[in-house]
Amino acid sequence: MFIVKDNFWILIIKYFNKVEKINMSSKNNGMTATELIIARHANRERVKPGEIVNVSVDMCMSNDATTLLTERIMKDQMKTNSVWDSSKVVIIVDHQVPADSIDTSVVQQGMAKFVDEQDIDKYHTTDGVCHQVMLENYVYPGSLILGADSHTCSYGSIGSVSSGIGSTDLAAIWASGETWLKVPETVRFVLEGQLKPYVSAKDIALYIINKVRANGLTYKTMELSGPAISFLSVPERFTICNMAVEAGAKSTMIIPDDSVLEFFNELGRPFDDNELISALKETENAPCHSEIKINLSDLEPMIACPHYVDNVKPLSEVKGLKIDQTFLGSCTNGRIEDLREGANIIKNKTIAPHMRFLVTPASLNVYKQALKEGLINIFLDAGAVVNHPGCSTCWGAHQGILAPGQRMVTTGNRNFKGRAGSPESEIYLASPSVVVASAIKGELTHPKEVI
Amino acid sequence: MGQAWKFGNNIDTDQIIPSQYLVLPTIKDMSKYTMEPQNPEFGKQCKPGDVIVGEINFGCGSSREQAPLVLKELGIRIIIAIDFARIFFRNCINNGIMPIEHDCATEISDKDILDIDLKNGVISNQTTKKEYQFNKIEGYLADILDAGGLAEYIVKRKEKNG
Repeated sequence: MFIVKDNFWILIIKYFNKVEKINMSSKNNGMTATELIIARHANRERVKPGEIVNVSVDMCMSNDATTLLTERIMKDQMKTNSVWDSSKVVIIVDHQVPADSIDTSVVQQGMAKFVDEQDIDKYHTTDGVCHQVMLENYVYPGSLILGADSHTCSYGSIGSVSSGIGSTDLAAIWASGETWLKVPETVRFVLEGQLKPYVSAKDIALYIINKVRANGLTYKTMELSGPAISFLSVPERFTICNMAVEAGAKSTMIIPDDSVLEFFNELGRPFDDNELISALKETENAPCHSEIKINLSDLEPMIACPHYVDNVKPLSEVKGLKIDQTFLGSCTNGRIEDLREGANIIKNKTIAPHMRFLVTPASLNVYKQALKEGLINIFLDAGAVVNHPGCSTCWGAHQGILAPGQRMVTTGNRNFKGRAGSPESEIYLASPSVVVASAIKGELTHPKEVI
Repeated sequence: MGQAWKFGNNIDTDQIIPSQYLVLPTIKDMSKYTMEPQNPEFGKQCKPGDVIVGEINFGCGSSREQAPLVLKELGIRIIIAIDFARIFFRNCINNGIMPIEHDCATEISDKDILDIDLKNGVISNQTTKKEYQFNKIEGYLADILDAGGLAEYIVKRKEKNG
């Protein structure tokens, strides 16, 4: 009898918990933050995962790798001569800055002609990597942004639904301001605990990719939540969301909190839509596809080994491997916080003999701030090559090309075969402090060994 | 009927068309370098009607639409894989290339001769004499594929609606 009674009470408690959960989410029809934002852009009360809906797009972006192809498709194939709203079209030259060949220069010349003809003023030629430029200037919570660059998924870090698309999809958006989207299922990662010294956001990203594999989040959105989120700065959140596409994710989401609002205040473009912020907060417990708990205290520095981003090993297993080139930069890890982390390690030290150490700030603003703080001098004194902001070595067709047999450890986001030069070269992905420590010793190194 | 070109897991779009060739003036110029890091002969030897076969996560990485475009330029109309990365999948449909998701990808070897019946959803491997049924793409996506791609679909719809 007692057992029955106990079970009875457990059932009652479970029932009330469930009712409370339903009540909490019912204000938003039980939708996740991503579903809520998509619903608002589809002009619908509610959307469900798997549904295909037509959405209006707040902003779209393309760069020097994708703009001219998009123009050709819109004009020649879609028979449309002008973009639907030039104030919502952002065009950024970042992959090959400055132009390094006649072919590249012809591409950039064509882009300049296009923006003039279309009256597009959100055009950046020397301001940095497209995603950093978008973060600094255009993205905001609750927005829906699509870009012809796969790392567009980064803006979930500030509560935007954003995703990478191809040129034909972008051409259709240029022509109409709309596109179709399949509402993604939400996989919620609950982050607990605290990172140990020398373990960073990049290690969280690599840990997640290793756990779910390179296709584990295909067509899904990666929502990060849990008590540890409040310990992560907006730039750190951006690093993790940026890498989500390496697990196949369509988009990312972190429900914006006070530090996001503070971030926008500091940028000088405050965000004050309190209705939206509280609506997003209320989606915290909405039903989702699955939940994965991660205790950050368990993590150690990680390395993604060639030639796949999910080929992740703890640094302790691969340390000592000889390295020829190191790269600190990219939309993943080229922000002022990353440069500070690196400068802190290499201050008053020099790089190893024969090491090529490239530093590329993610944007002009980051570059200027780094100059102000004396970080650039620290890197130059250590023997680094400091490049103008852009994709640089991460894109692999411009600066710091690798010879056959050479190895690079980079803060970038991809280690695909041949991504930075010869198919016979090797790329290892790591955090800023591991990259800089490795530049000093000339081999894969734990930062604590050089401090 | 076409020859299978077999590739492995996680073939990213940098393998399909490496970054350094994206600045070439035309897709035709780029297509000579298709799959170069995996097989430098591919761009020269691939024939119209041949079929690309990958395994897990085909087309991952960069959103570059030049990847399906160089394949289309070489006459590839069908790609078989266990699964596709999202942006590449969408780019294929938008360019009239049929992405077929099927576990049989692991049973197909390089140079096998494949006969694919799109109407009835059957892959028949003439080399191994095995047959596989696949789920056809339906609805809106099938309409885009039938039109030859998204641009063609939009133009046709415009013409129809006046």
